[in-house]
Amino acid sequence: MSELVVGTKKGLFVLGGEPGGPFEVTARAFAGEPVECAVRDRRSGRLLAGMTSPFYGPKIFFADDPNGEWTQAEGVALPEGGEKALERMWVIVPGEADGLLYAGGDPGVLFESRDGGATWQLNQALWEHPTRDRWQPGGGGLCLHSIVPWPGEPDKLTVAVSAAGVWHTEDGGASWERGNDGLKPRYLPEAPPDDAPQEEDDHEIGLCVHRLDRAPKQPERLFMQFHGGVYRSDDAGRSWSEIGEGLPSDFGFPLVVDPADPDSAYVIPLTADMDRVTPDGRVRVYETRDGGSSWSPRGDGLPAEHAYLTVLRRAFDRVGEGDDLELYFGATSGEVFGSGDAGATWATAALRLPPVYSVTAS
Amino acid sequence: MALVRMRGQLKKLAADQSEHEVGGATVADVLRALEQDHPALAGWVLDERGRIRRHINVFVNGERAAEEAAVGPEDRLDVLPAISGGAK
Repeated sequence: MSELVVGTKKGLFVLGGEPGGPFEVTARAFAGEPVECAVRDRRSGRLLAGMTSPFYGPKIFFADDPNGEWTQAEGVALPEGGEKALERMWVIVPGEADGLLYAGGDPGVLFESRDGGATWQLNQALWEHPTRDRWQPGGGGLCLHSIVPWPGEPDKLTVAVSAAGVWHTEDGGASWERGNDGLKPRYLPEAPPDDAPQEEDDHEIGLCVHRLDRAPKQPERLFMQFHGGVYRSDDAGRSWSEIGEGLPSDFGFPLVVDPADPDSAYVIPLTADMDRVTPDGRVRVYETRDGGSSWSPRGDGLPAEHAYLTVLRRAFDRVGEGDDLELYFGATSGEVFGSGDAGATWATAALRLPPVYSVTAS
Repeated sequence: MALVRMRGQLKKLAADQSEHEVGGATVADVLRALEQDHPALAGWVLDERGRIRRHINVFVNGERAAEEAAVGPEDRLDVLPAISGGAK
């Protein structure tokens, strides 16, 4: 039995079912409220949800039983009396130490919890980074949407911000360095010459990363879906090479990897930034097993005609690995699709949910 | 002391009481004092900047009021979610 935790425009849904088959709704929480991200921490069994009430602002809640009482976490706010307010939570990710979790949000902020998500602290070094006043929001806001721990090393972490690029820490978040070499923002004019007087130009800061994931067995390898371009890094995210050739479009949002295979990645292309639907009216996941040298469509069982779906950046997840890899994604149409055989075949896991913002699997 | 009235989720966070007597010279002062009395309300009406959240309305004696509006001891404050919709 697998479990999906699905954040939607109108609440949180917990689904249960067998891989490759239909799932049943086992719980709904935060009825009517937008739940942008949610996850079950496999270590503790605790569910955590990032919810942004249009009236009362963004919060994180946690519960052991999604049908029971949810408790509001403490500390999920920016410093009082400042010029900014927290706008939205984008992602919650377990870290590499007992009780350690991270949460990312808008405006490009990272929170850390050391007690399993009950209390949170803002990462000050990223919040106070001297380049912050030049960070630009993308269409979804200034969202910190990807948080990628380094297996077994709690002090090493990579995060990505739209549109402020990739950031690395190797000292537990005390300091941060950019890692954007090789990214090509086609939405900007040509870069100024290297001897231009400006210390840092928009080509080094205004980088619209859509999703990032790491190959756990070869952690210096990362894959990225960019705003136009799919990339791979083999030096822990310092530099990037384009690997999008062979895809019907290199625009899209979500991306996952098979933990068993550092050469693997899955993306769900959308037609273009000005037409954010599945290309040609067909829903297909694309898989690489050679580090992005080639891509194969995986659409057996997915809608094959007149299907113009949008899959958002946090609405694709996996559980298991290798031959047991399960893949799940949800669309803003309210459908959730699943594969129990690493993408070879697919089935509809759920229909007629509210627009899906996020999917996590366990 | 001004009288603050709330309903729904805000009422639940304020010890499940719909009416509260709170001191303060301005709307912001009253709301901050209310948060002191009921810490669970922190962040729900005022954001980190001290501003009333965009889709919350505060009325003083029936007139919509901003954070800096003066409040007297005989005044009544209603804190209500705004009527919004259509796009969501």
